[in-house]
Amino acid sequence: MKLTFHALPRSGRIAGVVTAATVALALTACGGAKVGDTSSGGSTAKAGTCGTFNLAVNPWVGYEADAAVVAYVAQKDLGCTVNKKDLKEEIAWQGFGTGEVDAILENWGHDDLKKKYIDEQKTAVAAGSTGNTGVIGWYVPPWMAEKYPDITDWNNLNTYASMFKTSESGGKGQLLDGDPSYVTNDEALVKNLKLDYKVVYAGSETALITAFRQAESKKTPLLGYFYEPQWFLSEVKLAKVNLPAYTAGCDADAEKVACDYPKYDLDKIVSKKFADANSPAYKLVKAFTWTNDDQNVVAKYIAEDKMTPEDAAKKWVEANQDKVKAWLAQS
Amino acid sequence: MTTIETAAPPRVISVRNLWKVFGLKGERIPNSPELAGLSRRELMDRTGCTAAVREVSFDVAPGEVFVVMGLSGSGKSTLVRCLTRLVEPTAGEVVFEGEDILNVDKKRLRELRRRKFSMVFQHFGLLPYRQVLDNVAYGLEIRGTGRAERIRRAMEVIELVGLGGYEHSYPDQLSGGMQQRVGLARALAGDPDVLFFDEPFSALDPLIRRDMQNEVIRLHHEVGKTMVFITHDLSEALKLGDRILIMRDGKMVQCGTGDELVGAPADDYVRDFVRDVPRANVLTLRWIMRPPRPDDVLDGPELGPAVVVRDAIRVVLAAQKPVKVVQDGELLGIVADEEILAVVAGPEAGS
Amino acid sequence: MATTTTTPAAPTAVAPAPQPGPRRQLGRPLQVVAVLVVWVLVWLATRGRDTLSLSPADLTPLHRWLNDVNDTVGANRNSSPIFLYFFNEIRAAIDALVTFVQALISQPSFGRPVPVLGWLGVVAVVAYICWVFANWRVALLAAGGFVFLGLQGLWQQSMDTLALTVAAVAISLLFGIPLGIWAGLSDRFHRLVTPALDFMQTMPTFVYLAPLTLLFLIGPASATIATLIYAMPPAIRITAHGIRSVPRAQLEATDSLGATGWQTLTGVLLPLSKRTIVLGVNQTIMAALSMVTIAALIDAPGLGKTVIKALQTLDVGTAFNAGLAIVVLAIVLDRATTAASARVQQPARRGGLRRLLVLGLGALAGVCCYLSYTYVWAAEFPDGAGVGSALARGADAVTTWAQDDLSTATEAVKNIVTFALLNPFQALLTGSPWWLVGAVIVALAALLGGVRAAVTAAACVGLLIGTGLWQDSMTTLAMTIVATLMVMALGVVFGVWMGRNRHADRIIRPILDAGQTMPAFVYLVPFLALFSASRFTAIVAAVVFAAPVSIKIIADGVRGVSVTTVEAATAAGSSTWQLITKVQLPLARQSVTLAANQGLIYVLAMVVVGGLVGAGALGYDVVAGFSQGNLYGKGLAAGMAIVLLGIMLDRIARSAATHLQRT
Repeated sequence: MKLTFHALPRSGRIAGVVTAATVALALTACGGAKVGDTSSGGSTAKAGTCGTFNLAVNPWVGYEADAAVVAYVAQKDLGCTVNKKDLKEEIAWQGFGTGEVDAILENWGHDDLKKKYIDEQKTAVAAGSTGNTGVIGWYVPPWMAEKYPDITDWNNLNTYASMFKTSESGGKGQLLDGDPSYVTNDEALVKNLKLDYKVVYAGSETALITAFRQAESKKTPLLGYFYEPQWFLSEVKLAKVNLPAYTAGCDADAEKVACDYPKYDLDKIVSKKFADANSPAYKLVKAFTWTNDDQNVVAKYIAEDKMTPEDAAKKWVEANQDKVKAWLAQS
Repeated sequence: MTTIETAAPPRVISVRNLWKVFGLKGERIPNSPELAGLSRRELMDRTGCTAAVREVSFDVAPGEVFVVMGLSGSGKSTLVRCLTRLVEPTAGEVVFEGEDILNVDKKRLRELRRRKFSMVFQHFGLLPYRQVLDNVAYGLEIRGTGRAERIRRAMEVIELVGLGGYEHSYPDQLSGGMQQRVGLARALAGDPDVLFFDEPFSALDPLIRRDMQNEVIRLHHEVGKTMVFITHDLSEALKLGDRILIMRDGKMVQCGTGDELVGAPADDYVRDFVRDVPRANVLTLRWIMRPPRPDDVLDGPELGPAVVVRDAIRVVLAAQKPVKVVQDGELLGIVADEEILAVVAGPEAGS
Repeated sequence: MATTTTTPAAPTAVAPAPQPGPRRQLGRPLQVVAVLVVWVLVWLATRGRDTLSLSPADLTPLHRWLNDVNDTVGANRNSSPIFLYFFNEIRAAIDALVTFVQALISQPSFGRPVPVLGWLGVVAVVAYICWVFANWRVALLAAGGFVFLGLQGLWQQSMDTLALTVAAVAISLLFGIPLGIWAGLSDRFHRLVTPALDFMQTMPTFVYLAPLTLLFLIGPASATIATLIYAMPPAIRITAHGIRSVPRAQLEATDSLGATGWQTLTGVLLPLSKRTIVLGVNQTIMAALSMVTIAALIDAPGLGKTVIKALQTLDVGTAFNAGLAIVVLAIVLDRATTAASARVQQPARRGGLRRLLVLGLGALAGVCCYLSYTYVWAAEFPDGAGVGSALARGADAVTTWAQDDLSTATEAVKNIVTFALLNPFQALLTGSPWWLVGAVIVALAALLGGVRAAVTAAACVGLLIGTGLWQDSMTTLAMTIVATLMVMALGVVFGVWMGRNRHADRIIRPILDAGQTMPAFVYLVPFLALFSASRFTAIVAAVVFAAPVSIKIIADGVRGVSVTTVEAATAAGSSTWQLITKVQLPLARQSVTLAANQGLIYVLAMVVVGGLVGAGALGYDVVAGFSQGNLYGKGLAAGMAIVLLGIMLDRIARSAATHLQRT
């Protein structure tokens, strides 16, 4: 049988092509950088002196900003291996006991969790304040504050109630709440302040932010639960509605609350084991502190400029070397 | 055409050069003599098309039972579907009561289907969730007849086909034969001019089949509708059909009365087809008579040329003299014992 | 006329006429309407009484008890032997499996900055396996799909997702197929296991996510187990179905030859149900992929995380990009397993050529693996293709356009549906005393489905009251019914269209597939902008997820209608409308009921997602339970309520369908 290519049956031709391709690939591909050549990656400085450090990352951008900066500094300057874990607060606190979470960088109150895990189960300890002050309250879109300046006084809310009516609020004005994991006294407030409103649960922060964004762009009315620091506020400056001022103890009984939310001193929580080990990472976490503005800047990098958390952290750290040095001095 | 000349017999359906080609760009086949002449295999290889119906032409006279016959794959089912445009023909002409139905619009076609012709199917096609009464009334329902009138008319045809008492039954409660009676009733309910039958009895038991054939014959006597009947069974065709069209591979082979097919088959295919037919039941005296011989006695009984042989046997054998075949006073030929015996005794005795 | 001489006699005698058939269901629709009318009348009289409402922050004793149980488990975690020797072992094993697969394809491992198999290696291996088990067309699709994932800039995340999916599917099949065989062979086990499987598939994942992390710690193990709780039931069910579908004739033949049980299993049952079992593998993979975004909530790596993070900043574009990657993975895996199942039917083609090709192509794949191990260009997917960012920008643009231009129209639609349909219905359900609604449900169940359905309905109503979430259940029920009605409307319209028209089918079907596999989280933001946080948004999200199933079922039903009957009706002169309404839809009746049943189940599966977009009621309760410790018990009870609603509606619908069949 003459062994020319075309004399082969179709099957043979395929086999031939495949073999040729294999050989060609093997030959031509023998160029280019090899894995491990340019290994500038991999930890360099002081590998091993810090160890591994499990950092919980709660699902809001402000926290991501905190986590990004702390992780960046821990990795670069302390040589730690940082494991970031995306978890909701409940699950993160749960992780203290199992050793899977070492630190929570931004805790909003959560006295109930403190009681359970710090006091009762003794698996967690407080690690100082972050320097951020959390403000929760009721907000309206800026166009409303402009057009109806008196709307920021809670006494006038009932006059505007019909404006806030939606298909969900059953004839009353709508007060939009967000993610159920956020502390809220709104039901009690509406009742005790005798407001003609109904609390509607959007269910997620995403829904809440989308609602405010639409309200501002379409100039439709919206009254909702919101908070600072939050990246969205640098996009749309929501106006706060002032409820009766907070006084100490006015929110002791959850059912009788009739005052505004207290200012929250946002703090850090770490697991007892982590604190006892007293590693450089723990010291860094304890020393970490910055302002609302700092956090807003980094949050904006991440949310609006769409930078990766690592790049955002790098940018901020390089511009704020003095603050970082201050933290490192203590660790 | 003047009034003095005898007009051509009125035609209900007139089919000319009908083609149906399945496959992409089938339209070019009828227009190209070269492609048209290819065999089925060659055509498939060359063009990827199948010609199910090739250049078929025939007429159907009013009140006639016209049978189209052939084996599987002969194109007969496709042909009957072309006549009502359930399948769109590729080329040719179908004229129904003077109207070219291949070019009518959808609305007119629906009207024609509702009022002028109806069809009986091999697998009945009944609606299982409706009672017999509602199935039969379906055609009337879709053309907007009122409820009372529908029921009245439906009951009429139900009685006509012999299903009285079953009008409130459901199709799955009936036997195959009864279901086909429902199909028949449904077809008759709208009082169409033409009935089409697509192998209606092929799915039934042989005994039921015979009953149903007799039904059709009886109905034809009573109501006198024109019928186009598709079958693959020769004996059924001979029993029911006034004229029979034999198809093979989409082409017409021979078209004529039963006795013409048996007596003068057009080619070996037909000859082979009709080989097992009891010739005495089909042939008429016209086919077996011989010219009178000088020594024939010419005062025996007379019979017409269209008398079936079977009916003439006793007469011929009982008569001492040869029987004369006479039409309109004219002597056409003689039939004597030998002629009879040749038909009855020897099937190989060729035409 | 032909040649018979005897005139046929009078109509051939038929058997004596039977009794006319029973009057089928003529009264039933009227009875149903009567029940509904009575309900409305009594509601008008007793509105607002005994409605068993519970405000969002309140708890019943049951909820508190469940909280305590949860706390006890948490407190004992580190000391109880069950944990130390049982759960921990399981966790360690699963962790090891997942980490191993990740080390192979997605994560840096063994001291190197890249995984063992870079992108070239993975693409080559996947294409090779597809070619061996399916055909070259699928191999090409797989290679193309995977390369597209890289072009989107999501290679590592896709591989992480793939690793998790592979691990979950492997374990599902490892336990699922034997269990399925057992259920196929033993009626008793089948009866036992079916309710458990129902439970696993309908209990919202949110409910058991937190306890899972308690038992199995945060990490790949919990994510894998959460996935396989949802993915194992299809494997078991379909395997059992396959075994049971083996024709009796085959079994009798082997029996009569004296085969033992094991021989029958390996020689007859398994080979003959091979095709169905591979289909079961297909369904398992699809189920596992649908869990990708939820698993991200407990730190599962991969595409799900990308979606969720993008949502925090309302970055629809990135979320869409990642969602598309999930759809691509789903398509590739679906086509590959379907083709493999079809191939399994054909006799193996032995041939020298094939063996040669298998070896040759295997060598080619091996070379690619080596290259991706050694060279950077073959290990890390080259950046800068820009496909991902282009897609993201496109999605953002569409979203912005929709939000800006469509939102007035969509608000209007929302308001119309809410005020005209949803609110009245909800007022009826939530405003009636509980005993009234309970009575109505039981009565309807009895009418539509018979005694058995009525008993199930009564039990479910009782348990629903027990959960302490009656009001919320009624609100959710109202939304579910409205959503199902919309699903059925879409199902009939599009199903009939697709069933009658092959072109339409070919175009619409991929859209339906995308609707089912695209994670709901991706299109939530645009929906929120269009309809704002409301029950209607939840309904729309549910409809997007459930309608494809119903549409496909009805399309298949319409296409399968007897050709002769359609021909007969056409030949009788039916117009298109008459054909559809009088022939095709009635004949596809069974498909229509199946579509309603399945649509309902799928709508219920979206209840929790609805809670994230303003639906409130049970969905919100579940989400809240997941997020706040003191609401955990309530969340668990809400999950139970969803399961109960599902069981109740499903049983009623199924018995109604069998009843209808007998008519």
